[in-house]
Parts: sequence; structure tokens; C-alpha cells
Amino acid sequence: MSGTLDLTPAPAAAPLRAMVAAQASFELRTLLRNGEQLLLTMVIPVLLLVLFSTTGLLDLGPGERVDFLTPGVLALAVMSTAFTGQAIATGFERRYGALKRLGATPLPRGGLIAAKTLAVLAVELMQTALICAVALALGWSPHGGIGGALSAVALVLAGTAAFSGFGLLMAGTLRAEATLAAANLVYLLLLALGGVVFPLDRFPAGMAAALELLPIAALSDGLRQVLQQGVALPAGALATLLAWAVVGPVLAALFFKWE
Amino acid sequence: MVPPGECAVELEALVKRYGSITAVDGIDLRAEHGAITALLGPNGAGKTTTIEICEGYRRADSGTVRVLGLDPVRDARELRPRIGVMLQSGGIPGTARAGEWLRLIASFHARPLDPAALLDRLGLAAQARTPFRRLSGGQQQRLSLAAAVVGRPELVFLDEPTAGLDPQARHATWELVTGLRDAGASVIVTTHHMDEAERLADQVVIVDRGRVVARGTPAELTGAERQLRFRARPGLGLEELLAALPPGSVAKESPAGHYLIEGDVQPELLATVTAWCASHGVTTEDLRIERRTLEDVFLELTGRELRS
Repeated sequence: MSGTLDLTPAPAAAPLRAMVAAQASFELRTLLRNGEQLLLTMVIPVLLLVLFSTTGLLDLGPGERVDFLTPGVLALAVMSTAFTGQAIATGFERRYGALKRLGATPLPRGGLIAAKTLAVLAVELMQTALICAVALALGWSPHGGIGGALSAVALVLAGTAAFSGFGLLMAGTLRAEATLAAANLVYLLLLALGGVVFPLDRFPAGMAAALELLPIAALSDGLRQVLQQGVALPAGALATLLAWAVVGPVLAALFFKWE
Repeated sequence: MVPPGECAVELEALVKRYGSITAVDGIDLRAEHGAITALLGPNGAGKTTTIEICEGYRRADSGTVRVLGLDPVRDARELRPRIGVMLQSGGIPGTARAGEWLRLIASFHARPLDPAALLDRLGLAAQARTPFRRLSGGQQQRLSLAAAVVGRPELVFLDEPTAGLDPQARHATWELVTGLRDAGASVIVTTHHMDEAERLADQVVIVDRGRVVARGTPAELTGAERQLRFRARPGLGLEELLAALPPGSVAKESPAGHYLIEGDVQPELLATVTAWCASHGVTTEDLRIERRTLEDVFLELTGRELRS
């Protein structure tokens, strides 16, 4: 087919929505193709849910074990995608010069961030469907009805904004290898200390009070209040998350280096 | 489109410093619309910094920059759809497949080239599903080139597009670049291959240590001056030959057995040399009359010592 290309200049940007949709679909395909990412975002949360629901390895307090665990594992899933996965993927895009190259295309930076966010939300939707299906199979009985579901969505969106901000802050300031190591380390620490599967009330009181302010703890606790205890709107947890959701993206916007 | 008479790229007294290092030290440049302009220079001459200022990646410390009549930083949004960029290296995620990446870049443009046809034109059709990191170096370069032109830009910046390419890939690249020019696009290309600049460029700008040291068409730069070269047995008596030649001629033997005569190389001079050889029983080989090459000019201007 050589020679049939019409190289005559015909420059024009595509509509912004089309650009963002193309970039979001590219990002989503990249995320779903990456084995390590799937381990982090899908396999580990489901394994924790199944392991601790079906065994007595942890003392999770009164009530059904799966009712305590499911909200925490949902929070972990959000963190793994919005923070850990996004930090690592973006860190390497920056290292490869892909962010620099995209900077010379008609896709504006805001469009790139929007596309990344859409891809993260799409993965979170898949995670939520998978985790809820497994949890229901294990006998999970969520509370709250429609109002509870809306509260849960609000918590997840605030958490996603907060975690994305810090993930991008890390990706945009550290070397890619350092981001890889640090993002995994933070994931492990927050998994252990953030009330995901280990109840915070087992920690010393002063420490627990501090840990409750972590975004992962606020998300776990907020989802638990709604889905396990039937609270309509966990105002304290949501307020904490919204504060993080402002701090993270602002810091990322201030310090992110594109190359 | 660009109003007639306006340059595709216009730089005036451009200066860019990195700390104590002055990478670009007062470059002036006018790249004609619809032409291929080559920035030629040794490593570290400031070529990439200059081109990245034009692309809007960095701000000049002083001087003016107009790209398609626009300021590349302030008017970035207006400019980006109209330019195509090939970075010197990288720019593509390792896990992205060749066809997928090209389709992505194409989807940012309203009237792009057909990505599949472009891959085919650059000999990458069989690699459409191969992740970028598994492509050979030359294939990666060609994909990068494809991404620079897929949006049908008016102006294309290519930073060392043929570095590390085999001869076939180099020719495919040259063909695409001249095709773009012939279709009306402007091309700015950096290179340190003299033959490439000589063959491709309508205008050559030779840059060294952040300054322009020469500019012109390849023919202007190499000049009208001709040289006569031949090989023969070493140690010919050149003084005697020189006495027979028109005044102002120069004769050199370097290395041994390779002779070079510079001056007003006319048919009479050729006849004088061959007659002199005949009368001295000298058999010549490889006798030829040639122009100076761009490489001669380049080395004359930038020196022969190695640069770090």
C-alpha cells in the first residue's frame, strides 16, 4: 500500500471528549494487561477477603466476619488502584518519556488527568463487582439500602481523589524505581495499619486515634459504618477523606514534574 | 495556515543556560515554509535544546521564538495540533503495542493518516501488535517517526530520526521526509550525518557550541570550488608538478600515495596533471574531480578534535 498516503498537511485537533476517551481506553488496556497490577488490584483483595472470612485467624469482634471484612477490602481495592497502581504506572510513563511525548500532542494535561481518572474508576468498578460477588457468596449482608449505596459511592470517590493525588505526587517527584518501591511499601503499611483487615481498636488508644486520620482508615471505617452498621452518612470519615482529597491533588499539582 | 512570506520557524538571538552552562548562545534561524531545514552540529552543540524550545518544552532565557507565527509556550494549545514531534529517544511506554500507540496519537487529530497504512509504509506492518520494548532500535525509531507525522502536521520536528538505523530504514525515513516536504509540510531535522543533511536538506544550519557557524543550501556551503584527487606511488616530487600548475594551486600528499590538488580545477589543469604524470611514468588510480563535501566544511568549521 506504499505511496497511497496523502501527506498533505491537514492539522486539527480531535474534539476533547474523543481525545480523553481514546486516552482513557489506552490507559485501561495498559492497566488490565499488567500482571503485577492485577495481582495488586484483584487477586490480593479477594484472597484477603476469602482467607480471613473463612478462617478464625483474626479476631474481628462481634458479628459476621465477612460483614467486617468486605468494607475494608473494598477500601483496599480503591487504594491499590488509585494510589499504588497509578503511582507505579505514571512513574514509568514519566521515565519512558511518554508523558513528555503526550505533552506535545493536542491532548491537554487536564485531559490526560481526566483520562487517568476514568481508567481508575473503570478498574474500581470491576474490583467492586468482583469483591461484592465473592463477599455475597461468602454470606455478606450489606446494610444501608439505596441511601447507603450513595454514601458508599461518595466515600469511594473522595478516597479515589485523595489516593490519586498522592499517587501522582509520588510518580511526579521520585524516580520510577523509587516510586515502585515506595508505593508498594506504603500499600503494605496502610494495609497493616489502616483498619483494612486488622481492627484499629486493637492498637493502643493514642495510636489508634492517629491512625484513624489516615485516608485508608477513614475509607475503611466510613464504608464499615455504612455497610456493616447501617449509618446513613458517616460525616467524620467523609470529612477526613475530603480533606485528603484536597491536600493530595493540590500537592501533586504543585510539585509534579513532567520529565 | 501560515501567511505567505512567513517562516515556519523564526528564532532571534536565542539563549538558553543550564546553570553555568550556556547550551544555546544567541542562535538566529529562519526555517522556510515548505522546506527541509537541517540543524547540523557535533554532540552538545545545542541542537536538541533549540528544537525543544521550538516544541514548547523549555523556555528560552532570552531571545524570541516564533513557530508558525506563534509563541510555543504561550500559544501551546493552538500550536500543538499543527506540529509533529519526534523526540531523540523514548517517548513511548514499553508495554504499548506499536499499532495501538499510533492509533492513540492519531485519535488526538481530526483528520489523521491511516495508522495501518503508515505502519506499512515504514515497514512496521508485521510489528503492529508488538510491544514497544520488544521492537528493535530501528523499529522503535520508525514508530516514533510515524507518531510524529500521523496527525498530518504542517511542521514536523525530528530529533536525529536516523540515529542507529540500517541503510534500508534510513532510506525509508528519507523518503517519508522528502514526501512530507513535497506535500507542503515544513521539516526541521537535527542530525550529525553529513550525507543525510547534504541529501535531504534544502537549508543547512551548522551549529557549534550554541552558535550558528554557517548556513546555506548544501551547494552554497560546499561552494563551487573543486578538488582533484588521485592515487599513485608515494613520494612524487610535488614542487615540480606545482610549478607546472596555475598560480594559487595547492598540492598535498596525505596520507602517503593519496594526492589532492586544490585550486581552479579546469580542463587545462587536468591536462597538465595527466601530462606531467605521463612524462614521469606515473600511473594514477582513482583520479577524480569532486566538490568539497559537507563533511569537509563541517570539520573545517567545528574542528577535528573529539568532543566529549
